[in-house]
Amino acid sequence: MLLKDLSYGGNDQRGGRVGSLCFVWQMLHESLFPSSEKMEDCLAKKMEITVSEAEKRTGRNAMNMQETYTAYLIETRAVESQNEGQCSPVDSLWRRYSEFELLRNYLLVTFPHIVVPPLPEKRADFVWHKLSADNMDPDFVERRRIGLENFLLRVASHPVLCQDKIFYSFLTQEGGWKEMVNETGFQLKADSRLKALNATFRVKNPDKRFTELKHYSDELQSVISHLLRVRARVADRLYGVYKVHGNYGRVFSEWSAIEKEMGDGLQSAGHHMDVYAASIDDILEEEEHYADQLKEYLFYAEALRAVCRKHELMQYDLEMAAQDLTSKKQQCEELATGTVRTFSLKGMTSKLFGQETPEQREAKIKVLEEQIQEGEEQLKSKNLEGRDFVKSAWADIERFKEQKNHDLKEALISYAVMQISMCKKGIQVWTNAKECFSKM
Amino acid sequence: MSCLQDTSLAEANSFSPSMPISPSSMINQYKFEDEPELKDLFVTVDDPESHITAIETFITYRVVTKTSRGEFDSCEYEVRRRYQDFLWLKSKLEEAHPTLIIPPLPEKFVMKGMVERFSDEFIETRRKALHKFLNRIADHPTLTFNEDFKIFLTAQAWELSSHKKQGPGLLSRMGQTVRAVASSVRGGVKNRPEMFAEMNEYMETFSHKINILDKIAHRIYKEEREYFNEMKEYGPIHTLWSASEEDIADSLKGVASCIDKCCKATEKRMAGLSENLLPIIHEYVLYSEILMFSEEIGKLEDKVECANNALKADWDRWKQNMQYDMRSAFTNVADNNLRYYEECLATWESFLASQTVDHHGEEDSEDRP
Repeated sequence: MLLKDLSYGGNDQRGGRVGSLCFVWQMLHESLFPSSEKMEDCLAKKMEITVSEAEKRTGRNAMNMQETYTAYLIETRAVESQNEGQCSPVDSLWRRYSEFELLRNYLLVTFPHIVVPPLPEKRADFVWHKLSADNMDPDFVERRRIGLENFLLRVASHPVLCQDKIFYSFLTQEGGWKEMVNETGFQLKADSRLKALNATFRVKNPDKRFTELKHYSDELQSVISHLLRVRARVADRLYGVYKVHGNYGRVFSEWSAIEKEMGDGLQSAGHHMDVYAASIDDILEEEEHYADQLKEYLFYAEALRAVCRKHELMQYDLEMAAQDLTSKKQQCEELATGTVRTFSLKGMTSKLFGQETPEQREAKIKVLEEQIQEGEEQLKSKNLEGRDFVKSAWADIERFKEQKNHDLKEALISYAVMQISMCKKGIQVWTNAKECFSKM
Repeated sequence: MSCLQDTSLAEANSFSPSMPISPSSMINQYKFEDEPELKDLFVTVDDPESHITAIETFITYRVVTKTSRGEFDSCEYEVRRRYQDFLWLKSKLEEAHPTLIIPPLPEKFVMKGMVERFSDEFIETRRKALHKFLNRIADHPTLTFNEDFKIFLTAQAWELSSHKKQGPGLLSRMGQTVRAVASSVRGGVKNRPEMFAEMNEYMETFSHKINILDKIAHRIYKEEREYFNEMKEYGPIHTLWSASEEDIADSLKGVASCIDKCCKATEKRMAGLSENLLPIIHEYVLYSEILMFSEEIGKLEDKVECANNALKADWDRWKQNMQYDMRSAFTNVADNNLRYYEECLATWESFLASQTVDHHGEEDSEDRP
C-alpha cells in the first residue's frame, strides 16, 4: 500500500505484511544478483531467510535480575527451484539482539579483511519529535526487525561470510549456539582497541589506499550523520505544516453553521483539509525506511574503518618485527666483531666492569643467531600475511564499493519517488479543496 | 452576485502597490458594486518614507488618486499622509455615518512583540492595510462621496492640518474607543430588535471563528517558515557529500538541486499566504471587533427609520463582500498550494527521468512507471 508507487513489484511472502519486506528483499536481490555475477555458492540463493516476528519477553539476566527484552523470530526455508506447489517446511527459532551482536563480533574477528555488514542501531537515534526514542516502542521494534532481517540477508549473500558454520548454526540451531561461538575462542583472537589505536598513530608505511579509505569513511560518517540530523528536523517541520491545516476542519465546520450560501463549501473544504493533515503520517513513515537505508551506510563506515585499522595493526606489527630483527642483527655483529657501533647500556657496563669471557660471548652470539633465524622466518610469514590481507581486503572493498554505489543510488531514486507521490497527493487534495472554496 | 470574479485577481490584486496604467485596466481588480457604472475613483497607497524630526520619528505614505469625477478639480492627485491622518479620516467618517460600517484601520501598536515598530515587515503590512482601508471607502456607495474623504485624498499637508482644526464633532474624536463606535452603530438598530438579535448572534460566532482562523493562518505561516529554514540547510549537505563520491556524485547533486528548488517554491508559497490570506483574515478580525455588540446601550438619540435601512443595506453589503473576500482568499491559498506542489513534482520527475536513463542503460526502461 505504501510503496505502490515504487517500481518494485515483488511478491509479498507473508500475507498480512506490507511492502517493507519485499522492498528490502527486492532491493537486495537486485543489488546482489545482477545478471553478470555468479552467486550459486551463496547461501542466500539456497535458503529463504526472514525475521518475521518480534515478541516481548521477560526473563532473568546474568545477574539474576528480571529484565524485559524483545525476541525476534528467524524463519528459514530451503529454496525449491521450479517446483510448483511444493513448499519445503519452515524452520524457525528465536534470537534476541544481543545474540546478533555476538554473531557480528565473531564475524568481525574471524574475517578481519571483510567489511562486515552492520546491525541496525541499538538505540533509536536521529529521532524527530513524533518518533519515540524508546526501545520498546512498537514502531522502533518493527524497524529493527526489518534491519535485522536485512543484516542476515547481507551476510547470507556475502561470498565469504555465508560459508561460515557459526552463521549457519545461528540460523538453524536453537540450543547451544552461544556455547558453540564461545568455544571458537574468538574473543582471544580479538585485537584490543587500544592496540589498534596505538598502531594507527605509529605506523610508518601503511598502504596509501587504506589511508585514503579511512579518510573517506570518516567523511562518509560525518556527512550521513549530518544529513540524517537535518532530515529529522525537516520531517518535524513538515509534520507541523500538515497537521496545522487540520485545525481548519473544525473551525470551518463551526463557521458553516452560521452561513447560508457559504456553508456547504466551507464544510466540504474542511473535510479535505482533514485529509491533507492526515496524509503526512504515511508519507513520513515511508521516509523512515529511507532514513534506515542511509543509516545502514553510516554504520558501514565503521566497518570500513575496522578493516583499515586491521591493516594498520598488521603493518605496524610487521614494522616492529623488522625493527626488532635489524637491532638483533646489529647486536650480533657487534658482539662478533667486538666493535660497539651504537650506545648500549650493556656495552657500557661491560666496559666499566670488564669484558666478558670469549665463551660467554660465543653463547650469546649463538642465542642471537637462533633468534635472528626465527625472526627472519616470522618476518617472512608476517610479510606474506600482510600481503594476503591487503589483497583479500581490497577485493572485498571493491565489492563493497559497488554495492554501496548501487544501493545509495537506488535509495536516492526511491526518495525521489516518495517526493513525487507526496506532491501528487497534495495536488489532489488542494484541487478538491479549491473546488469547494470556489463554491463558497 | 459578483460576476466579475476574475481568476487573474490572484495576480493583479488590490494589494498591488504599483499604480495601474489606466482606469479601465483596473476594472477587473475591484468587486462588483451595486451601481452598474464603471469605477471612476482609483486610490493607491505606497512608498513609505521615514521622517525624523527633533521630537519624533514617523512614517508617511504616498497616496495617489486618479479620478474622472467632476467634483474633483484635477484628475490626478499625489499626497503624503501619516497614520494619524488615517485615524482622523476614520473618526470623521464614523461621525458622519454612524449607521454605516466603517472599514477597520490596522492596529496602532503591535502587541505581539514579534514585529518591531518600523521594521520593514511592519511597515509593509501596515501599508497594505491602509491601501485596503482607502479602497474599501472608495468602493462604498455612500462613503466614497464623503467630503472629508475627498479632502484626505487631495489636500496638501498644510491644507489638511488647517481643515482638521475646524470645529468639534458630535463625538470626541481621537479618544474614541471601538466600543463607543459600536454603540453608535447600534443606536441605529435599537428600534429593530430582531435585526439586532440576528446581527449580534451572527457576529458573536463569526468573531470567534475569524479569530481562530487568524491564529491558524499565522500558525501555518510560521510552520511553513520553519520548514523553509530547515530545507535551506538540507540541500547543501547532499552537495557536500557528492564531493567525496564518484559514481553517485551526480545523483547526489541532482537531489541537492531538487531540494533547493522545492525550497524556493516553499518560499513563494509562504509569500502568497502573507500577501493574501493573512491580511484579509486580519481585516475581518478588526471588522468583527467593530461590529461586536456589547451589552452597553448607546447614549445616542434614536435615529430615524432611514438610518435603520441604511444599516441594513450596509450590513447586507458587508456580508456579500465578506463572502467574496473569503472565497477569493481561500481559492488563492489553494492555487498557491497547487502551484507549489506542481513545481516540486516537475522538479523531482525530471530528476527521476535523468536517473533512470543512466540506471537501466541497455535495459528496457519502459518497465519503470
